[in-house]
Amino acid sequence: MNLDLLSGQIVRLTAEDPKVLAKSFSGWGRDSEYNRLLDSYPSVLFSEKVNEKWLDDSLLNERNDNFLFGIRLLSDDRLVGAIGLGGIDWNNRSSYVGIGIGEQVDWGKGYGTDAMRLVLGYAFRELNLHRISLNVFEYNPRAVASYLKAGFMEEGRERGYLNRAGRRWDVIYMGILRTEWENNLQRK
Amino acid sequence: MTISTQLFEGKLIRLGPIDHDKDPDVISKWTHDPEYLRMLSLEPARPLSPAQVKKKLEKIEKAVEEEKNTFYFTIRRQSVESEENDRLVGFARFYWIEWNHGVGRLQLGIGDPRDRGLGYGTETLSMLLRYGFEELNLFAVRASIQEYNSIAMKLFTQFGFIEEARQREAILRDGRRWDLLHVGILRNEWEART
Amino acid sequence: MNAALFTGKQVRLTAENPQVMGEAFSRWDRDSEFFRLLDNDPQALYSRKKITDWLEKDIEKTENDSFFFSIRTLDQDQLIGFIAIWDIQWSHGSSWVSIGLGEREFWGKGFGTDAMRLILNYAFNELNLYRVTLFVFGYNERAIRSYQKAGFQIEGRFRQGIQRGGKRWDVILMGVLRSDWEAEI
Repeated sequence: MNLDLLSGQIVRLTAEDPKVLAKSFSGWGRDSEYNRLLDSYPSVLFSEKVNEKWLDDSLLNERNDNFLFGIRLLSDDRLVGAIGLGGIDWNNRSSYVGIGIGEQVDWGKGYGTDAMRLVLGYAFRELNLHRISLNVFEYNPRAVASYLKAGFMEEGRERGYLNRAGRRWDVIYMGILRTEWENNLQRK
Repeated sequence: MTISTQLFEGKLIRLGPIDHDKDPDVISKWTHDPEYLRMLSLEPARPLSPAQVKKKLEKIEKAVEEEKNTFYFTIRRQSVESEENDRLVGFARFYWIEWNHGVGRLQLGIGDPRDRGLGYGTETLSMLLRYGFEELNLFAVRASIQEYNSIAMKLFTQFGFIEEARQREAILRDGRRWDLLHVGILRNEWEART
Repeated sequence: MNAALFTGKQVRLTAENPQVMGEAFSRWDRDSEFFRLLDNDPQALYSRKKITDWLEKDIEKTENDSFFFSIRTLDQDQLIGFIAIWDIQWSHGSSWVSIGLGEREFWGKGFGTDAMRLILNYAFNELNLYRVTLFVFGYNERAIRSYQKAGFQIEGRFRQGIQRGGKRWDVILMGVLRSDWEAEI
């Protein structure tokens, strides 16, 4: 049995103190481009305090329907982002995944792809889930490419969902099934 | 539609508020029908006692008040017979409204199978769409439908919703997998039909 | 789609108000035989108020790892007991089950077996679990037979794990896998 679940090629997944994550989230959240790539909610500036409370509430809730990991570089242990499984639908063995790499200098370096690979392994081999879903915005082609590389398939679009920067954009639905993920592993 | 149009009054049904005293007993009965629950939700079907329903309705009303991105209605009968008038037959809601994008989702359910197939759902959806586009001023209205929910599929298709996304094998029930469909209608599409 | 999740041949599963279950439990728990067949705690007699308070607090809980049902007869809609799936370990698809019939006149007549069949269908077809476990006391032969009829197999024993009435008895562990259950039906 492979026990090395949380360590990848360039990053590792970690459990972080809510205070640490809250501080990072507040910092990254000051970049409105980061916010708008991540979230459909209007870009707002959250204080560390509010972020910490939100993290405490979601990490400690009774329903055990989410897992949040920090993403740290293997090279210098820097915290570069976060990735989480949320809205876990246990009886249907299905979950959503969400990821963000905080600083623009860290984008396009493969950190997200490596982290996603690890989380999919965790979802399928540790949580024994059957399918992982995500939503990504049409104006985030870098993320779409990364998810396709990780094995996700496009499953449709909610047309013109987002109204930003004076025009409408689609929200793209993507999903990956355990069987597809296993096949991908075999082929590599 | 004009300002004086009654948004909540139909021929067969009306949309109404929650009756915290009378509704929990009725809704509790609906939740003892697994078919109803399975058409409503992906969560494991679970019957609720009237006390549990009461608690849930209080939470719903609180969320409507505080979060301001949900609207919840009861579906009640219009009738000249005093016994039948205002009888609770179902519920409807707008939820996950994202105001900055002008989008939201809706859902409706008729609780007792004997109340289905009588046009209550059709009239409700018609009123909900009018409400969504002409009172909430949404750009698009969406709904999620389980692949096995042919009643809902038929109703939404009738109103011009189209399938926009299909989450494959998202549901596991009775030992087999089903897809979860997401359907939507845009404002200009709805305006063209009415 | 099989919609008969909550209705069996003799019983149906329901959700009852705390006052109703509080009254029922406070009465059933005074029957020593019922209590000792069900529970290994020394029998204490809790007030109806205390039990009702516990049940009312349960309504506030949001955890998703247990499902509690009351059991009513189809014939006269009598409230006769409870059955629950609890401590679900979702990633392993595994859980425990407990059942108790408080009304003696319904013992040994198939009501418990019918309820257990319903709950196993729920476990395997709605919760999509892989296995269900229970433990039963060595002196409860009626229950052991009922569970076997519903598909459970004896998997182990905590030897002499319970002492009552001046004797020692085993606590018996029983389990049913989805594949056992599918073969059964």
